[in-house]
Formats: sequence, structure tokens, C-alpha cells
Amino acid sequence: MDDNLKKWLPWIAVAAVALIVIVIIAVNSGGDDEAATTTTAGTETTTSAGDTTTSAPDETTTSAPDEKPEPGPLGAVEVAPGENIQIRSLQAITGDVAFLGIPNLRGTELAIADYGQIKGHDVGLGNPLDDLCSAEGGQAAGQTIASDDKVIGTIGTSCSGAATAASPLISASGGVLISPSNTSPALTSDLAGTAGESYHAGYYRTAHNDLFQGAAVAQFVFEDLGLTKAAAVHDGDPYTNGLATAFKNAFEALGGEVVVFTAVNKGDTDMTAVLTEVAAGGPEVMYYPIFMPEGGFIAVQAGGIAGMEDVVMIGADGLLVDNFMELPETEGTYFSGPNLDYGNNASAIGTTAADFLAAYEAEYGEAPSAPFWAHSYDATVLLLSAIDAVAVELADGTLFIDRQALRDNLTATSSFGGIIGTLSCDGFGDCGAQRISIVHHLDASDLEAGKSNIVFEFSPNS
Amino acid sequence: MTTTSTAETSTRAFKFSWTDSFLWAIRVMAIFVIVWGFVGAIALGVEGNGLSADAWKQLIISGLAQGSMYGLLALGYSMVYGVLGFINFAHGEVFMVGAIVGFFAADALFNAGVWESNFFLSIFIVLAVAMVTSTFTAVLIEKIAYRPLRDAPRLIPLITSIGVSFFIQNAVQLLVGPAVKTYPAPPTWLSDPINVFGIAIPGTAMLVLTLALVSMAGLWLFVERSATGRAMRAVAEDKEIAALMGINVDKVIVTTFAVGGAMAGVAALLWALMFRGVSFITGFLPGIKAFTAAVLGGIGNIVGAMLGGLLLGLFEAIGPNVVLRGLAWQIPTALAIVLLIAGVMGVVGGLRIERKGVVVLGAAAILMGFAGVIGFTIVIPGLSQLKDVVAFTALVLVLIFKPAGLFGEQLGREDRA
Repeated sequence: MDDNLKKWLPWIAVAAVALIVIVIIAVNSGGDDEAATTTTAGTETTTSAGDTTTSAPDETTTSAPDEKPEPGPLGAVEVAPGENIQIRSLQAITGDVAFLGIPNLRGTELAIADYGQIKGHDVGLGNPLDDLCSAEGGQAAGQTIASDDKVIGTIGTSCSGAATAASPLISASGGVLISPSNTSPALTSDLAGTAGESYHAGYYRTAHNDLFQGAAVAQFVFEDLGLTKAAAVHDGDPYTNGLATAFKNAFEALGGEVVVFTAVNKGDTDMTAVLTEVAAGGPEVMYYPIFMPEGGFIAVQAGGIAGMEDVVMIGADGLLVDNFMELPETEGTYFSGPNLDYGNNASAIGTTAADFLAAYEAEYGEAPSAPFWAHSYDATVLLLSAIDAVAVELADGTLFIDRQALRDNLTATSSFGGIIGTLSCDGFGDCGAQRISIVHHLDASDLEAGKSNIVFEFSPNS
Repeated sequence: MTTTSTAETSTRAFKFSWTDSFLWAIRVMAIFVIVWGFVGAIALGVEGNGLSADAWKQLIISGLAQGSMYGLLALGYSMVYGVLGFINFAHGEVFMVGAIVGFFAADALFNAGVWESNFFLSIFIVLAVAMVTSTFTAVLIEKIAYRPLRDAPRLIPLITSIGVSFFIQNAVQLLVGPAVKTYPAPPTWLSDPINVFGIAIPGTAMLVLTLALVSMAGLWLFVERSATGRAMRAVAEDKEIAALMGINVDKVIVTTFAVGGAMAGVAALLWALMFRGVSFITGFLPGIKAFTAAVLGGIGNIVGAMLGGLLLGLFEAIGPNVVLRGLAWQIPTALAIVLLIAGVMGVVGGLRIERKGVVVLGAAAILMGFAGVIGFTIVIPGLSQLKDVVAFTALVLVLIFKPAGLFGEQLGREDRA
């Protein structure tokens, strides 16, 4: 008996695991069904409750074409009466970078709620997709989106690396992808009319292009600080490398000299070698748009290196975080980043930053953990407005949305109101307000003062 | 019949010469790069275009300080390998736990004002806390994760140690959060340089080196002179016979882990003094580097682990600057011509006397002469990023010449088989 039990135990274990997996899958798909039913029920409620608005569709019906319009080269999406208009969210919502992706997702959710219906149809977001802040994540989610022909547009991704993989897939399927926080120049253009290597039609973003940030820092250093010899340090990451290169090119174009351009490894702790290399070049200023913990090691160890005492240190938004700014050695550091002082800018549907933050707090019980919520809100409103503009209502109540018309409408965006400022798209999908600011951090015991101490503002579009 | 055999022989000779010449080409390139880089670094320094003497001193001192930390950690890898014959990959985490708990002690002391008023008392307390925590963690890991696997094949505890490593990392991340925690700054007077034999060494580096040397000396005395140390060496040599001689093997193994943990605790304090920032992933990279240092010095060899650590630290600090920076130096034309002539003579002479070494040196000289004549230089951007590559290349070169490590492996009877 005992022996028998021993013999069968592994098989019983395997069977139990298999059973659990099956149950989980069953429960999950059941959950999906449930969600679907609720949505339909919800739609029904809205339509029946929306008696007051019935006159509006009626009016449209009279002017609506009887025959289906000819779809453009990318095809069209038809949304039957009572169905939702499907868009998707693709953000980094798990892992290290979830702090960035979750506020982006919530920005989209709040924008959909605030925008309301489009021509009598609700907007459905489906299950939030995860870009994992990696090319693999972008690839997998991009395929999911591209293979679903009901999806009209996607708000994402959080990370440039994920967009590199997702953008070609979504582009090829005729969709649009609007990112609130990708800043890599490779995804759009070099701002001089040449498409980036990862630019694909249908990609747009409300985040700034790093080239603007590089240019802003170069201008600040060269004109405001009056310094001509600079060092730039990145960490091999496409984001930091791109930003450091953008700074180098802009600074040299202004007439400055980049005496050292070097990199650290992620995970490095002993920065003596890199700081010695920098000091040997004799720069007056050092731009190091990297992250923690490497940025902290540089700030702390720079004091002990001969020749680094008087070098002006400038970091970027990656270092504009509490555990870096709390270091006494970081006093005097400048930080470049998107200008987060939104004042009374109002979105096209009237929302201001203050309205948004109040709604966010009420809905999720905390303040946003990263600054790109506003970009995400604006991206979503931009997408919904464009859908609203190109959607044609047919006689039977079906909504006809032509994919090419949607892209054309987005590309033509000009002076569109956003929380982050005025949105205007160039021919390569850069729609952001491109407002960059530089703050000066002076007191390690008062971080908020440092974050709001703006010493330089840059806004090429105004 | 005859034709076939000739064809076969010629094919074989052809194949052999291809691989062979490829390997020799690699040797030529290695000598070419290293000699050019080394001479170039010196020449650039003389011309005033290279690093200043102060910069070199700074690099060497920081390399030694970092290396002494690697050495202390390497001891843990080496001792466990010597006694149990597997690599305890969780050792980096033992170090990290000590550094994290030490941070909370340091933070409390800083808030109480003791850090400022009595710095040495503070670091002594932090040292004690870190050592106790690391020792306790190491012993706990041994009891829970390794003891039940004592008789399992060697690969099983190895894989377990990787699992333990992930477990500890994630547990610490959950308990104290993912953010980097920064130790309070040492008082400013500590960073004032101290003169030792005419070389100004920053006080922090001095303190780090002293602490490391004292602990290493203590450990060496313990292993070589005490009764427990003798028992440890006996168990490392042969567990069964040691047990027959009345040695409590389990107790000795626990002691080995405890001592390794204590050294990791010292390393944690050194880390805190040098870099100050700790987080849940702090243990990973130093762990890998320390393991490398242990192999470099000869696994199982205590003195080897210490010196291996120091060497690896030095390689990392000065390697890119010694070898790669010098490639920017243009070989003067006169020297290039001399090198070309000498190189051709070397290759021809070497072929005649059938000495491959001479041929290789000659070929390298020809390459150098050629580079000099056409004015070829290599400026590598982001030199410092390559320090790991350079250090590990150096390591591979060392191990090619001395497979048992610089100071020889010291393994038990069953491990040698």
C-alpha cells in the first residue's frame, strides 16, 4: 500500500497541478464572458437612459449615407449598434517600471470616462496590456493588438524599447499607436525631415522628443551658464545614450566642445575610473542623464576626484527622484526634464491638471507616481477626438471608421488643446508640446523646492 | 589506393593548419594590442596627453580598495568550495543582507547623533551588526538549504544556491522596498589624505584597506593556527577520514559558513564606506566578481582568494587605461620602420629555426610597424564601460597560462578526481 502510494504520488501531483491550471483557465475565460455581458448590459443601460440624446442620432441618421462608403487603403472598422468602439492601453504595468505605466493607464481610463460616448457608442478599453518595458513585451502585445481587427487605436507604450517592437506590427495592421512617454528620436524623426530608424506610419506621441531635451540642455549650458567645455556620460541604455548624444550634437552645433563622451555600466559601483576619465578631459560641466543607483554613485564619488571639484553637474528626469536628491552631494545639481508646470492649460474637453489630479486621487486613492499621466490623458483625448471626427454613422446605426482617414486626421493635428500645452503633429508623429525645463536643486532637505525651482524654460513650438 | 591516402593526409594537414593558424593569429593580435597599448599609455603620459600621475594613483588606490572587498567575499566562496565542493552562489546575498541591516543601524546611529560625535564607535557597531547578520544568514542557509542535500550530487546544492539567492533578493525587496538606501556620509576629516611612504591615500581608502588586511590576517591565523582551523583543513582534505579522526564534520561545516559570513559582513561595511548606496540587488555583481576572484587566485586557496580579489580590483581600475587608452598613441615613423625590419627578420628567422614564438613576435612587430607607417590609431569611446571586458579578458589569459589559478587550487581528495 505504502509502496503503491509512493509510486503514484508524482502522478497524482502532476494531475493535481494540471487540474489547477485547467480550473484557472476556466475561471479566467468565465471572467471574460462575465465582463463581456456586463459591458453589453452597461451599453444597454446607457442607450435606454440616453432618451434625451435620441434626437441627436436621429438627426444624424437623416444625413447619414444609405450605402457603406468605400474603405480606404488600410480598411475600415465597423462598429455595430450597441457595440463598443475598441481601443487598447499598452503600458508597463508590472515590474520595475510599473510606477511609470500605471499612471499612464489610469490617465487613459479617466480620459475615456471624461470624453463620454462617441456618436452614441461607448469606448471600450478591453483588458489593459503590458509592454513589460521591453522589446519582448512590446512584440507580444503588438501581435495581440494587430490580430484583433476591432481595435482602432492604442495608447502606449511606456518604454521606447517596447515601442520599437510594437510600432511596426501595429503600423502594418493599419492601426495607430500614440505614446505618452516614449522619447527616443529613433521612433519619430531627427526633427530635420529624416525619419528615425524605428519610425512607422501610424505612430504618434505626446511625449517630447529627446532631441528637444538635448537641445534645451545645450542651450542652457552654452548661453545661460556660459560654459564651453562639457562631458557627457550615459549608461548604454538607448534612452540615456540617445539623450547624451542629442546633447553632444546640439552643444557642438552651438560652438561648444564635448571633451569627454563616455559611459558607465548598469550595476557599476566604483565610478573612480569613469570620473578620472572625465576629469582628464578638463570639462566645466558634466551632463549625466542616467538613473539610480549609478547616478548616486557618481554624485557621491565625484567629490573625491581631483579635477571634478568645480564641474557643474546636470542630470535628467531619471535622477529627479527623492533618493538621489536626498544625498547632500547632489546640492547644486541641475536637472533637465519635461516641463511639469501645467498651470491652467486646459485639454480640448476642458480638463485642467488640477481637475485631473482631483479625479485621480478620488478614483485611485493616491497621487500619480510618475509625471506622464497628463501626456497619457492628452493622447487619449486626441485619439478619441480623431475617431469622433472621422467616424461616419450609417443608416442602420453602424459606425464606419476608416483607418487611413483616422491617420490623416491625427497627422493634421494642429493647435489641439492639451493639459501639457498645445499639441501639433509633425509629419513623423511628434505631437508633444515639447516644453522642457531645467530645475536647480539647492537644498537636500527640501526636495519640493528643488523640483519646482525652474531656472530655464524651453518651448520650441510657441 | 595511393592517391586516396595522399588526399586524406593533405586534407587533414589543411584542416589542422587552419585552426592552428587562427589560434596563432589571435596570439599575434593579443600581443600587438597589449604591447602597443602598454607602450602607448606610457608614451602618452610622457607626452602629457595621458592620465596624470595623480590620476593613476587614484585609480590604483580605488582598485585596491574595491579589490580588497572582492577578496573578503572571495574567501567565502573559496572556503565553502574547499570544504563542500560546490559554489555557494547565495554568498553575494549574505553580503547584501549584512549591508542592508547595517544601513538601518547606521541610520539609527546617525539620527541619534553618534555618527557625527563618535564615528569610530559607530562604524564598530555597524560592523558588528553587519557581521552578526551575515554570519547568521550564512549559517541559516546552510542549515535549511544545504544540509539536507549533503549527500546529493554536487549540482543539486549549486542549483539550490541560485534559488536561495533569488529568494533572499525578493524577500529583501519585499521587506525594505526596491529603492536604493544611502548610508550617512562619513565625516569630512576622513576623506583627508594620509601620507604613507610619500603617497597620499584618502582616509576612507586607508580605513577600507586596513580593515580588510586586518580581517584577512585574522582569518589566516584562524585557519592556519587554531584547532578549529586545523579541523577545517582536515575536512577539506578528506571528510571521511576527518570524521574517523574524531572531527565533528557538521560542526566544522557550520563554522566554515559562519566564518565566510563574517567576512561578508566586513565586506558589507567596506562597501558602505566606499559606495554608501545599498539595495536588494547590491549582492549580485560583487558576488559574481568575488567568485571570479576566487577562481583567479585558485579555488580553495585562502591566500589565493585574497590576492585574486586585489588583482581583479586592480585589473578593473587600471586595465582599460593601461591597454586601451594607449591605442590612441601614434607609433613614430622611425620606430615603425625599425619594427617592420625587425619583424620581417623575426618571422623569417623564426621560420628557419622553427620557433613559433619568434614568428608570432615578429608578426606582431610587423603589424605595429605597419600601423605606425600609415599613422593608424584607435580611439575607443566610453573606455570606462569596457572595464569588465578588460578585466575578464585578463582573467581568461591568466587562466590559459595557469588553469589552476595564480596560486594553485587546494581541493580535497574526492574533488581532484
